[in-house]
Amino acid sequence: MSRLNVNPTRMELNKLKKKLQSARRGHKLLKDKRDELMRQFMILIRENNQLRKDVEQAITEADRYMSVAGSVMQREILETALLLPKQEVEIEVLTKNVMSVNVPEFRTFYKSDDKNFFSYGTAFTSTDLDGAVCALSEVFPKMIRLAEVEKTCQLMADEIEKTRRRVNALEYIMIPDYEETIRYITMKLSENERNTITSLMKVKDMVLKQKYNY
Amino acid sequence: MYKVAVIGDSASVSGFASLGLSVFCETEPDKVSGIIKRLAENDFAVIYVTEPVAVTVSGTIEKYKKNQLPSIVLIPAIRGNTGEGMRSLHEAVEKAVGTDILKN
Repeated sequence: MSRLNVNPTRMELNKLKKKLQSARRGHKLLKDKRDELMRQFMILIRENNQLRKDVEQAITEADRYMSVAGSVMQREILETALLLPKQEVEIEVLTKNVMSVNVPEFRTFYKSDDKNFFSYGTAFTSTDLDGAVCALSEVFPKMIRLAEVEKTCQLMADEIEKTRRRVNALEYIMIPDYEETIRYITMKLSENERNTITSLMKVKDMVLKQKYNY
Repeated sequence: MYKVAVIGDSASVSGFASLGLSVFCETEPDKVSGIIKRLAENDFAVIYVTEPVAVTVSGTIEKYKKNQLPSIVLIPAIRGNTGEGMRSLHEAVEKAVGTDILKN
Protein backbone atom coordinates (compact mmCIF):
# COMPACT_ATOMS: atom_id res chain seq x y z
CA MET A 1 0.00 0.00 0.00
CA SER A 2 1.20 3.40 -0.81
CA ARG A 3 -0.26 6.84 -0.66
CA LEU A 4 -0.88 8.53 -3.98
CA ASN A 5 1.13 11.61 -4.73
CA VAL A 6 -1.54 14.33 -4.59
CA ASN A 7 -1.97 17.72 -2.94
CA PRO A 8 -3.93 17.54 0.32
CA THR A 9 -6.74 19.82 -0.76
CA ARG A 10 -10.48 19.60 -0.47
CA MET A 11 -10.87 19.34 -4.26
CA GLU A 12 -8.49 16.40 -4.44
CA LEU A 13 -10.38 14.79 -1.58
CA ASN A 14 -13.70 15.04 -3.39
CA LYS A 15 -12.16 13.69 -6.56
CA LEU A 16 -10.66 10.75 -4.71
CA LYS A 17 -13.89 9.98 -2.90
CA LYS A 18 -15.69 9.78 -6.24
CA LYS A 19 -12.93 7.57 -7.64
CA LEU A 20 -13.12 5.27 -4.63
CA GLN A 21 -16.86 4.97 -5.04
CA SER A 22 -16.62 3.96 -8.68
CA ALA A 23 -13.72 1.63 -7.92
CA ARG A 24 -15.84 -0.14 -5.32
CA ARG A 25 -18.75 -0.43 -7.73
CA GLY A 26 -16.45 -1.68 -10.51
CA HIS A 27 -14.93 -4.19 -8.14
CA LYS A 28 -18.32 -5.58 -7.20
CA LEU A 29 -19.45 -5.81 -10.82
CA LEU A 30 -16.23 -7.45 -11.99
CA LYS A 31 -16.39 -9.93 -9.13
CA ASP A 32 -19.90 -10.89 -10.19
CA LYS A 33 -18.74 -11.18 -13.78
CA ARG A 34 -15.85 -13.41 -12.77
CA ASP A 35 -18.09 -15.69 -10.73
CA GLU A 36 -20.64 -16.07 -13.48
CA LEU A 37 -17.96 -16.65 -16.12
CA MET A 38 -16.44 -19.28 -13.89
CA ARG A 39 -19.77 -21.03 -13.40
CA GLN A 40 -20.44 -21.20 -17.13
CA PHE A 41 -16.85 -22.20 -17.83
CA MET A 42 -17.20 -25.12 -15.42
CA ILE A 43 -20.26 -26.42 -17.24
CA LEU A 44 -18.62 -26.00 -20.64
CA ILE A 45 -15.29 -27.53 -19.71
CA ARG A 46 -17.01 -30.67 -18.44
CA GLU A 47 -18.88 -30.94 -21.74
CA ASN A 48 -15.65 -30.26 -23.59
CA ASN A 49 -13.88 -33.02 -21.69
CA GLN A 50 -16.61 -35.53 -22.45
CA LEU A 51 -16.88 -34.52 -26.11
CA ARG A 52 -13.14 -34.77 -26.62
CA LYS A 53 -13.07 -38.24 -25.13
CA ASP A 54 -15.96 -39.34 -27.36
CA VAL A 55 -14.51 -37.81 -30.49
CA GLU A 56 -11.03 -39.17 -29.91
CA GLN A 57 -12.42 -42.62 -29.32
CA ALA A 58 -14.58 -42.50 -32.44
CA ILE A 59 -11.76 -41.23 -34.62
CA THR A 60 -9.42 -43.89 -33.31
CA GLU A 61 -12.10 -46.42 -34.18
CA ALA A 62 -12.47 -44.99 -37.68
CA ASP A 63 -8.72 -44.94 -38.10
CA ARG A 64 -8.58 -48.60 -37.24
CA TYR A 65 -11.02 -49.36 -40.07
CA MET A 66 -9.02 -47.06 -42.28
CA SER A 67 -5.74 -48.83 -41.66
CA VAL A 68 -7.35 -52.18 -42.40
CA ALA A 69 -8.83 -50.73 -45.59
CA GLY A 70 -5.45 -49.29 -46.47
CA SER A 71 -3.80 -52.65 -46.09
CA VAL A 72 -6.28 -54.73 -48.09
CA MET A 73 -6.79 -52.24 -50.89
CA GLN A 74 -4.35 -50.73 -53.29
CA ARG A 75 -3.35 -47.24 -52.38
CA GLU A 76 -4.40 -45.83 -55.76
CA ILE A 77 -7.85 -47.35 -55.55
CA LEU A 78 -8.31 -46.07 -52.04
CA GLU A 79 -7.31 -42.59 -53.04
CA THR A 80 -9.46 -42.58 -56.16
CA ALA A 81 -12.44 -43.78 -54.13
CA LEU A 82 -12.16 -40.75 -51.86
CA LEU A 83 -11.10 -38.32 -54.55
CA LEU A 84 -14.44 -36.79 -55.45
CA PRO A 85 -16.75 -36.16 -52.53
CA LYS A 86 -20.48 -36.19 -53.13
CA GLN A 87 -21.26 -34.28 -50.04
CA GLU A 88 -20.17 -30.80 -49.12
CA VAL A 89 -20.34 -29.27 -45.69
CA GLU A 90 -20.82 -25.61 -45.04
CA ILE A 91 -21.02 -23.85 -41.75
CA GLU A 92 -22.91 -20.81 -40.71
CA VAL A 93 -21.24 -18.93 -37.91
CA LEU A 94 -23.40 -17.07 -35.43
CA THR A 95 -21.99 -15.02 -32.60
CA LYS A 96 -23.20 -15.54 -29.09
CA ASN A 97 -22.40 -13.18 -26.29
CA VAL A 98 -21.60 -14.89 -23.00
CA MET A 99 -20.83 -12.30 -20.31
CA SER A 100 -19.36 -9.95 -22.93
CA VAL A 101 -17.22 -12.68 -24.47
CA ASN A 102 -18.12 -13.13 -28.11
CA VAL A 103 -18.15 -16.83 -28.84
CA PRO A 104 -18.95 -18.52 -32.16
CA GLU A 105 -21.86 -20.83 -32.67
CA PHE A 106 -21.70 -23.20 -35.62
CA ARG A 107 -24.59 -24.46 -37.69
CA THR A 108 -23.87 -27.17 -40.19
CA PHE A 109 -25.43 -27.36 -43.61
CA TYR A 110 -25.05 -30.25 -46.00
CA LYS A 111 -25.18 -29.52 -49.66
CA SER A 112 -27.22 -32.59 -50.51
CA ASP A 113 -29.77 -34.16 -48.21
CA ASP A 114 -28.80 -37.54 -49.51
CA LYS A 115 -27.98 -39.91 -46.68
CA ASN A 116 -25.80 -41.88 -49.04
CA PHE A 117 -22.59 -39.95 -48.68
CA PHE A 118 -20.33 -42.62 -50.15
CA SER A 119 -18.33 -41.11 -52.94
CA TYR A 120 -17.56 -44.45 -54.54
CA GLY A 121 -19.19 -47.59 -55.80
CA THR A 122 -18.84 -50.64 -53.59
CA ALA A 123 -17.40 -52.89 -56.29
CA PHE A 124 -13.70 -52.18 -55.89
CA THR A 125 -13.47 -51.07 -52.30
CA SER A 126 -13.22 -52.94 -49.06
CA THR A 127 -16.08 -52.86 -46.54
CA ASP A 128 -13.64 -51.53 -44.01
CA LEU A 129 -13.54 -48.29 -45.95
CA ASP A 130 -17.34 -48.09 -45.63
CA GLY A 131 -16.91 -48.65 -41.91
CA ALA A 132 -14.36 -45.87 -41.62
CA VAL A 133 -16.46 -43.39 -43.56
CA CYS A 134 -19.59 -44.35 -41.61
CA ALA A 135 -17.83 -43.95 -38.27
CA LEU A 136 -16.50 -40.56 -39.28
CA SER A 137 -19.84 -39.31 -40.52
CA GLU A 138 -21.46 -40.43 -37.29
CA VAL A 139 -19.00 -38.55 -35.14
CA PHE A 140 -18.96 -35.45 -37.33
CA PRO A 141 -21.77 -33.53 -35.55
CA LYS A 142 -19.89 -34.09 -32.32
CA MET A 143 -16.70 -32.83 -33.92
CA ILE A 144 -18.39 -29.60 -34.91
CA ARG A 145 -19.77 -29.19 -31.42
CA LEU A 146 -16.29 -29.90 -30.06
CA ALA A 147 -14.84 -27.16 -32.24
CA GLU A 148 -17.47 -24.77 -30.91
CA VAL A 149 -17.06 -25.71 -27.26
CA GLU A 150 -13.29 -25.78 -27.38
CA LYS A 151 -13.12 -22.31 -28.90
CA THR A 152 -15.60 -21.04 -26.33
CA CYS A 153 -13.54 -22.51 -23.51
CA GLN A 154 -10.34 -20.94 -24.80
CA LEU A 155 -11.93 -17.53 -25.16
CA MET A 156 -13.59 -17.76 -21.77
CA ALA A 157 -10.39 -18.89 -20.06
CA ASP A 158 -8.71 -15.80 -21.46
CA GLU A 159 -11.50 -13.55 -20.26
CA ILE A 160 -11.59 -15.15 -16.80
CA GLU A 161 -7.88 -14.60 -16.41
CA LYS A 162 -8.22 -10.96 -17.42
CA THR A 163 -11.21 -10.36 -15.16
CA ARG A 164 -9.51 -12.01 -12.22
CA ARG A 165 -6.50 -9.75 -12.62
CA ARG A 166 -8.71 -6.70 -12.74
CA VAL A 167 -10.63 -7.78 -9.63
CA ASN A 168 -7.40 -8.36 -7.73
CA ALA A 169 -5.86 -5.09 -8.87
CA LEU A 170 -8.93 -3.21 -7.67
CA GLU A 171 -9.25 -5.13 -4.43
CA TYR A 172 -5.64 -5.17 -3.31
CA ILE A 173 -4.07 -2.13 -4.95
CA MET A 174 -6.42 0.58 -6.08
CA ILE A 175 -9.03 0.57 -3.33
CA PRO A 176 -6.51 0.43 -0.44
CA ASP A 177 -4.45 3.17 -2.09
CA TYR A 178 -7.47 5.42 -2.44
CA GLU A 179 -8.52 4.75 1.13
CA GLU A 180 -5.11 5.57 2.47
CA THR A 181 -4.82 8.76 0.44
CA ILE A 182 -8.27 9.88 1.56
CA ARG A 183 -7.32 9.24 5.18
CA TYR A 184 -4.13 11.21 4.70
CA ILE A 185 -5.93 14.18 3.16
CA THR A 186 -8.61 14.22 5.87
CA MET A 187 -5.93 14.17 8.55
CA LYS A 188 -4.01 16.94 6.88
CA LEU A 189 -7.13 19.06 6.46
CA SER A 190 -8.26 18.69 10.07
CA GLU A 191 -4.72 19.42 11.18
CA ASN A 192 -4.84 22.64 9.17
CA GLU A 193 -8.20 23.45 10.69
CA ARG A 194 -6.91 23.00 14.23
CA ASN A 195 -3.96 25.13 13.26
CA THR A 196 -6.19 27.96 12.14
CA ILE A 197 -8.37 27.73 15.24
CA THR A 198 -5.45 27.91 17.61
CA SER A 199 -3.87 30.81 15.80
CA LEU A 200 -7.25 32.61 15.76
CA MET A 201 -7.63 32.07 19.48
CA LYS A 202 -4.15 33.39 19.99
CA VAL A 203 -4.83 36.47 17.88
CA LYS A 204 -8.10 37.05 19.68
CA ASP A 205 -6.33 36.92 23.02
CA MET A 206 -3.73 39.33 21.81
CA VAL A 207 -6.31 41.76 20.44
CA LEU A 208 -8.35 41.64 23.63
CA LYS A 209 -5.31 42.26 25.71
CA GLN A 210 -4.27 45.21 23.62
CA LYS A 211 -7.67 46.91 23.51
CA TYR A 212 -9.21 46.25 26.90
CA ASN A 213 -6.18 45.17 28.77
CA TYR A 214 -7.75 41.88 29.81
CA MET B 1 -20.86 -19.36 -45.43
CA TYR B 2 -17.80 -20.91 -43.89
CA LYS B 3 -16.01 -24.15 -44.63
CA VAL B 4 -14.26 -26.88 -42.68
CA ALA B 5 -10.73 -28.12 -43.28
CA VAL B 6 -8.64 -31.08 -42.15
CA ILE B 7 -4.83 -31.06 -42.15
CA GLY B 8 -2.62 -34.06 -41.51
CA ASP B 9 -0.89 -37.06 -43.03
CA SER B 10 -2.85 -38.59 -45.89
CA ALA B 11 -3.75 -41.85 -44.12
CA SER B 12 -5.34 -40.04 -41.20
CA VAL B 13 -7.29 -37.42 -43.05
CA SER B 14 -8.38 -38.94 -46.37
CA GLY B 15 -11.50 -40.44 -44.77
CA PHE B 16 -12.80 -36.95 -44.05
CA ALA B 17 -12.86 -36.12 -47.74
CA SER B 18 -15.98 -38.20 -48.26
CA LEU B 19 -17.79 -36.13 -45.63
CA GLY B 20 -17.27 -33.04 -47.75
CA LEU B 21 -14.51 -31.42 -45.74
CA SER B 22 -11.56 -29.78 -47.46
CA VAL B 23 -8.62 -32.07 -46.93
CA PHE B 24 -4.97 -31.00 -46.99
CA CYS B 25 -2.41 -33.79 -46.88
CA GLU B 26 0.65 -32.00 -45.58
CA THR B 27 3.09 -32.67 -42.76
CA GLU B 28 5.87 -30.17 -43.47
CA PRO B 29 5.72 -27.61 -40.62
CA ASP B 30 6.38 -24.58 -42.82
CA LYS B 31 3.81 -25.58 -45.40
CA VAL B 32 1.24 -26.43 -42.71
CA SER B 33 1.69 -23.01 -41.12
CA GLY B 34 1.20 -21.47 -44.53
CA ILE B 35 -1.96 -23.48 -45.10
CA ILE B 36 -3.37 -22.56 -41.69
CA LYS B 37 -2.68 -18.89 -42.32
CA ARG B 38 -4.31 -19.03 -45.73
CA LEU B 39 -7.35 -20.91 -44.42
CA ALA B 40 -7.82 -18.51 -41.54
CA GLU B 41 -7.99 -15.62 -43.99
CA ASN B 42 -10.29 -17.46 -46.36
CA ASP B 43 -13.57 -18.26 -44.64
CA PHE B 44 -12.64 -21.44 -42.87
CA ALA B 45 -14.38 -21.60 -39.51
CA VAL B 46 -13.07 -24.93 -38.26
CA ILE B 47 -9.68 -26.49 -38.95
CA TYR B 48 -8.95 -29.98 -37.67
CA VAL B 49 -5.25 -30.74 -37.34
CA THR B 50 -3.84 -34.13 -36.44
CA GLU B 51 -1.85 -34.16 -33.22
CA PRO B 52 1.64 -35.03 -34.58
CA VAL B 53 1.35 -32.23 -37.15
CA ALA B 54 -0.09 -29.78 -34.63
CA VAL B 55 2.90 -30.23 -32.33
CA THR B 56 5.23 -29.00 -35.07
CA VAL B 57 3.21 -25.83 -35.72
CA SER B 58 2.14 -25.05 -32.15
CA GLY B 59 3.28 -21.43 -32.54
CA THR B 60 0.89 -20.79 -35.39
CA ILE B 61 -1.97 -22.52 -33.59
CA GLU B 62 -1.31 -20.54 -30.43
CA LYS B 63 -1.69 -17.35 -32.43
CA TYR B 64 -5.25 -18.16 -33.44
CA LYS B 65 -6.36 -19.15 -29.94
CA LYS B 66 -7.37 -15.61 -29.04
CA ASN B 67 -9.31 -15.02 -32.24
CA GLN B 68 -12.95 -15.86 -32.51
CA LEU B 69 -12.36 -17.67 -35.79
CA PRO B 70 -11.07 -20.10 -36.88
CA SER B 71 -11.43 -22.78 -34.27
CA ILE B 72 -8.43 -25.07 -34.55
CA VAL B 73 -9.12 -28.51 -33.08
CA LEU B 74 -6.61 -31.29 -32.59
CA ILE B 75 -7.65 -34.81 -33.56
CA PRO B 76 -5.79 -38.08 -33.09
CA ALA B 77 -3.82 -39.34 -36.09
CA ILE B 78 -3.92 -42.86 -37.46
CA ARG B 79 -0.82 -43.82 -35.49
CA GLY B 80 -2.65 -43.35 -32.22
CA ASN B 81 -3.63 -40.79 -29.66
CA THR B 82 -0.80 -38.69 -28.22
CA GLY B 83 -3.01 -36.86 -25.73
CA GLU B 84 -1.97 -33.50 -27.15
CA GLY B 85 -5.58 -32.38 -27.59
CA MET B 86 -6.41 -33.21 -23.99
CA ARG B 87 -3.34 -31.30 -22.87
CA SER B 88 -4.54 -28.08 -24.49
CA LEU B 89 -7.88 -28.54 -22.73
CA HIS B 90 -6.14 -28.91 -19.38
CA GLU B 91 -4.14 -25.81 -20.21
CA ALA B 92 -7.34 -23.80 -20.59
CA VAL B 93 -8.62 -25.10 -17.25
CA GLU B 94 -5.39 -24.19 -15.53
CA LYS B 95 -5.47 -20.72 -17.00
CA ALA B 96 -9.03 -20.07 -15.87
CA VAL B 97 -9.20 -21.81 -12.53
CA GLY B 98 -5.56 -21.65 -11.48
CA THR B 99 -5.30 -25.38 -11.00
CA ASP B 100 -6.16 -28.41 -13.07
CA ILE B 101 -9.44 -29.65 -11.66
CA LEU B 102 -10.05 -32.24 -14.36
CA LYS B 103 -6.92 -34.17 -13.50
CA ASN B 104 -7.91 -37.31 -11.68
